[in-house]
Amino acid sequence: MSKISIPLGPQHPGLKEPINFGLVLEGEQIDKATVNLGYNHRGIEKAAEERTYIQDIYLLERVCGICSHSHTTCYITCVEEIAKAEIPERAKAIRVLVAELERIHSHLLWLGIAAYEIGFDTLFMYVWRDREQVLDCLELVGGNRVHYAINTLGGVRRDITPEIKAELLKRVDILEARTKYYTTLATEETTVLARTQKVGVLPKDLAIKLGTNGPTGRASGLARDVRKDEPYLIYDKLDFKLITADTCDVFGRVVVRVLETVESCKIIRQVLNYLPEGPISIKVPWKVPEGEAVNRYEAPRGEDIHYVKGNGTDKPERVKVRAPTLANYHAVPHMLEGGWMADVPLVIAAIDPCMSCSDRALVTDRAAARSAVWSWEEMRRNGIEFYKRRGVDFSKVVLK
Amino acid sequence: MKKNTPGRALFEALRQLFKDPATSTYPFSKAKLQPKFRGRIDFESEKCIGCKMCVRVCPAKAIDIILSAEQPAAPAQVEGQTTPPAKKKFDCIMNLDRCIYCAQCVEVCPKKALISTDDFELAQLDRKALRRHYK
Amino acid sequence: MAIENILLALFYVLIFPGIWFLATYGMTLEWVDRKLGAVLQNRVGPPWFQPMADFIKLVSKEVIIPKACDNVMFRNLPYFAVAGVTAAMMMIPVWNGALFSFEGDLIAVIYLLTIPTATFFLAGWSSTSPYAAIGSMRVLTQLFAYEVPLMLALIGPAILAGSWNITAISEHFARNPAYMPAQIAGFLVAVLALQGKLERLPFDSPHAKTEIVGGQFTEYTGRLLAFFNMAVSMEMVVGAALLNAVFLGGGLGLTGIGAFVLFMLKTFGVVLLLVVLRVLMARIRIEQMVNFCWQILAPLAMAQIVFDIFLKIRLG
Repeated sequence: MSKISIPLGPQHPGLKEPINFGLVLEGEQIDKATVNLGYNHRGIEKAAEERTYIQDIYLLERVCGICSHSHTTCYITCVEEIAKAEIPERAKAIRVLVAELERIHSHLLWLGIAAYEIGFDTLFMYVWRDREQVLDCLELVGGNRVHYAINTLGGVRRDITPEIKAELLKRVDILEARTKYYTTLATEETTVLARTQKVGVLPKDLAIKLGTNGPTGRASGLARDVRKDEPYLIYDKLDFKLITADTCDVFGRVVVRVLETVESCKIIRQVLNYLPEGPISIKVPWKVPEGEAVNRYEAPRGEDIHYVKGNGTDKPERVKVRAPTLANYHAVPHMLEGGWMADVPLVIAAIDPCMSCSDRALVTDRAAARSAVWSWEEMRRNGIEFYKRRGVDFSKVVLK
Repeated sequence: MKKNTPGRALFEALRQLFKDPATSTYPFSKAKLQPKFRGRIDFESEKCIGCKMCVRVCPAKAIDIILSAEQPAAPAQVEGQTTPPAKKKFDCIMNLDRCIYCAQCVEVCPKKALISTDDFELAQLDRKALRRHYK
Repeated sequence: MAIENILLALFYVLIFPGIWFLATYGMTLEWVDRKLGAVLQNRVGPPWFQPMADFIKLVSKEVIIPKACDNVMFRNLPYFAVAGVTAAMMMIPVWNGALFSFEGDLIAVIYLLTIPTATFFLAGWSSTSPYAAIGSMRVLTQLFAYEVPLMLALIGPAILAGSWNITAISEHFARNPAYMPAQIAGFLVAVLALQGKLERLPFDSPHAKTEIVGGQFTEYTGRLLAFFNMAVSMEMVVGAALLNAVFLGGGLGLTGIGAFVLFMLKTFGVVLLLVVLRVLMARIRIEQMVNFCWQILAPLAMAQIVFDIFLKIRLG
């Protein structure tokens, strides 16, 4: 049979966000796969330079809806490092608490999506039904289901009262019991095993070479977790296991994620029982001194890196976000090639991709061999002219 | 290796026959909100001193604090004393289409003139109705 | 031909047990399928008129036909699917035996039930879209996988009854109900193969939406898609009725209203089995489906046939 090439995306029912995979098929098997990014560039890094440090918290929270706490925590620890502010222990504990709740919420969301991609709608419905528990917990702690906005400069915004603590403990018990049930369901059901085992294989040496991180790397036997390697906040005081799997396939990624969810439940209990007395925030001046900082953070999807450079004003000079998905993209074509067409959505979903988190723009002028920094206005004008060339009417848009 | 059985979810599925659906019939039944939910921001004009801290911190540039059209009368002058400055009255214009409901303005307000309510059903057919003018 | 005969023939084709009955009962079963599936997944599920509403909505929508495709074939295939299913129903007993009953009608029914599958393949192939092309290839692959186990499973009762006539087979079981439990393996094979024929989970890879969008129906819209959907619902009725007649003894010797109620109850039961199967499984890959059918279902059906021959020789 002759080879046919199929575009998967940018609009496809198996994808949750715009991205394009070019697949060359030989019958049902994949001969070659390519990844094309760049459908969802939002210019967040540039926008962060135009806003104050406080406003940037809310902007960076919107880099990714699912790991909103990860991005703000990583960013705010950078800022606090530049400002040389030591935040109270209670604030650190609350940040860890929200981070682990977020990990549960993200991993359960992923399990549901993975089940949907292989057509197991029943598991999808059950998992998302029980995920409501953790969303309620987050609303209880932060005041909203997705953008909890718990971080502020110098600590956290809301305290954990004894009533909230009791409610959280109650719901975490439910979550742990349910997650254990889903572990058995996802690892013992024949049809699920048939679809996940030996699918999207990424051997350990390749995983290291391609720089994969997070659950994708851990499922290939790569024992890397920022929480263990370089403990931040109060992770050095907590007792939890680093989950790895050596199957190197999608099944391993399922196992790593569900077991991590169980570990997160344990961490939440430890944090709630540890919770030291004291203030939840300290006052940090809005003008942050000159300096720069890089921080790593273990987001649910992998290692999140933020770089912040301050210039003495209340606005940062530069904010750089390396979302975890960007490190895992390179592995996807390797996982796909030689596999089946039917497994494509599952393999893509297995790295838990977050397309819009990882789109960045870079203008290079190799001939002139010079680098330049574009201003916000230049970017805006360039964007408008790009769409004008494609025939979009901009007569009503006024360039300020 | 672990067990490998088809139809592992059978008993769980049959158990659902005796349960009510988990779906919330939202517009017909009330949505459950947790306490301290961050909804629409309300404004109390009497407390506002016009410091515009909220305008400065708002990440979405959704708030505007303006002088009210009607100002309260200046307090009566007492003999021999300097006139106390008239207390100015301020209005708040809240653009709900821009607001991201982070409640940072509520936190920063020194006089607690801004309040976070649990009102979240704010959709409008007319875009102009989203620009609320609190007096 | 007398005018009464023509009217009677029209009644058979259009009203009962033809298109009207099949469509109404098919939509009822589709609703049962969706509603029960939803309840098992702890959801609310659609109201009873939802399949009807979907049909009316699709019929009233614009039909878009891709320029590159074969216009005549693309337009007419859905009606062929409906016609094939309706023709098969004429040979399956509903209460007083089948309308057209002859020696070998079991083979004819299976042949007629292949027509919708063939139209699905042609529909995907004539759409010329890559997704539809992959979907139609999967339709054909799947056909070769489930057809043989289904056929083998249906041979078992035919051997026991000593006839290729569906009515005769069901009468045989009605006379000797003790034979029925012995057919359990064959019945299970037939249910699984029917699930494959109806392209339902776990065998729905021809139109797996997360992989190849709409599969063979990717380019279909409006009225044409509505009739394809209807053909699938009707096929579910015919498949359940066939299993009822061949394995469950049809009317069990009853006639008239009693047999009709029994028919409804037992087809309902078969559909419940199909729903539970759909809810409990993840979709398997097409090559796993072929392996499953040839390595498990076909040998199981063969074992059933051997057992039936043995039974026939021992008991006469």
